[in-house]
Amino acid sequence: MTPESRLDDVGRLLRDLAPQVLGAIARRHGDFAEAEDAVQEALIAAAQRWPAEGVPRNPRGWLYHVALRRLTDHLRSELARRRREDAVAAEVWADWAFIPPPDAEIPADRDDTLVLLFMCCHPALTPPSAIALTLRAVGGLTTAEIAAAFLVPEATMAQRISRAKQSIRASGVPFAMPTPAERAERLRSVLHVLYLMFNEGYTASSGPHLHRPDLSGEAIRLARMLHELVPDEPEVAGLLALMLLTDARRAARTGPHGELIPLDEQDRTLWDRALIEEGTALLEAALARGAVGPYQVQAAIAALHDEAPSTDETDWPQILALYDLLRRMSDNPMVELNRAIAAAMVHGPAKGLELLDALAADKRIAGHYRIDAVRAHLLERAGDRERALAHYRAAAAGTRNIPERNHLIAKAARLAARERELEDAEP
Amino acid sequence: MKFMLMMHAPRGTGDYQINSWSPEDFQAHIAFMNQLNKELTESGELVGCQGLTPPGEAKIVRAGENGMPAVTDGPFPESKEFLVGYWIVDVDSAERAYEIAARASAAPGPGGVPLNMPIEVRQVMAGRPEIE
Repeated sequence: MTPESRLDDVGRLLRDLAPQVLGAIARRHGDFAEAEDAVQEALIAAAQRWPAEGVPRNPRGWLYHVALRRLTDHLRSELARRRREDAVAAEVWADWAFIPPPDAEIPADRDDTLVLLFMCCHPALTPPSAIALTLRAVGGLTTAEIAAAFLVPEATMAQRISRAKQSIRASGVPFAMPTPAERAERLRSVLHVLYLMFNEGYTASSGPHLHRPDLSGEAIRLARMLHELVPDEPEVAGLLALMLLTDARRAARTGPHGELIPLDEQDRTLWDRALIEEGTALLEAALARGAVGPYQVQAAIAALHDEAPSTDETDWPQILALYDLLRRMSDNPMVELNRAIAAAMVHGPAKGLELLDALAADKRIAGHYRIDAVRAHLLERAGDRERALAHYRAAAAGTRNIPERNHLIAKAARLAARERELEDAEP
Repeated sequence: MKFMLMMHAPRGTGDYQINSWSPEDFQAHIAFMNQLNKELTESGELVGCQGLTPPGEAKIVRAGENGMPAVTDGPFPESKEFLVGYWIVDVDSAERAYEIAARASAAPGPGGVPLNMPIEVRQVMAGRPEIE
């Protein structure tokens, strides 16, 4: 085994064990924030020692033991500080003084990981905080790794996570399952955070960033974990399917220099067939349950793209019907925009442009560069090169993503060059 | 030693100068930049690099009344007479970036009087592509 692969194996093992150990400690200790700090310290200690010394016989017990030791150390200094103030201190300490040996079996509860997810994706947190906290507490990533993923300094990320934990503490959420009345809404919030984490993996910045953890991959891993915990939730399966069916196209989505390749220009032989099959099977099983939600519909759209040999041979009428269904489930202008593209593929560019005009009046999306990008594309298909050019340029100025900007500028440049050729050709 | 290298586009259009180039010129430019970044990464000299949104979106922020941000579209001083430091902040909104800029603008000068320095605020390109 090479040192690198041993390091990878240790990393994987730690990430799998992290939520189990944290769950057990948070349940025993009650204070999620302190337990989370202690487990993070134990993970860092393991990451330093295991690759060289070998993985202990009972790795979970080892982590539990070390984390509990750290926690009691903190508690001991805290208790020493207020020894005289607090009469119950001694009593509390008696309970905490016992630390099981590293090879002891630790109490494991499958629900712990689920409780952790509900906690870290609590609606009281902003999405960036929830994503960061989930990656650390449930995903088992170190603060340094999460900082690298978001291209911020480690100290900044440490503060962001610590503030997220303060918000959780302030909101008074106990370390327990949400009540049945709250459960559906809290689960939606977990799915939303995982969905955003997956999308964050698409974010490409200008500079070359080595060793940036793969956030899409982490989101898929966590969605798989969640699906195993609640296999009967069709929207969980739907989200996992959507991620797999989208990620299947990853290799085809960017060129050798990081340039963006849109769906209609992708080399479809590069698409990952195994992921497509897995995603499709998951989706079919979920749809069979009959509780269709937005993630399942989006996955169904992704599946239709994945099955098609080319853009022209794509089942656009079916995709349009799915967008019609999706817009009835959620009032989202981005859905309307994608529906306009599907309508243009079914009924021609004029129909798409007509829908865009109606959409441009929607304040939530008016002026968004994506409208310009779609309009440019439809105008180009309709043969109106001059207006298409103007809208490609407007879209290029509006995007916040460099590969996408470059793609739009290149489109405009090619159109402008063709226009010049045609002008030169005229007598 | 660390150095900050600043790339400038011609003033006036408020747009990227690459916008009106031929496809070949544009691709060659992007390929060159990618190659430069790759070389600097491999030589271990690159600390970080970022692209910014178009110059036309630049704002000047000064501390206004009660330290509230006063945001204007200029005037923009020549960098040579002007740039003395920078922050990169990761915030939830442009408004929060303006707030921070206004605080920096009000840094005390001689006698404790706020300098009211102009702070140029530019957004770093870092978003998800929406095009599939």
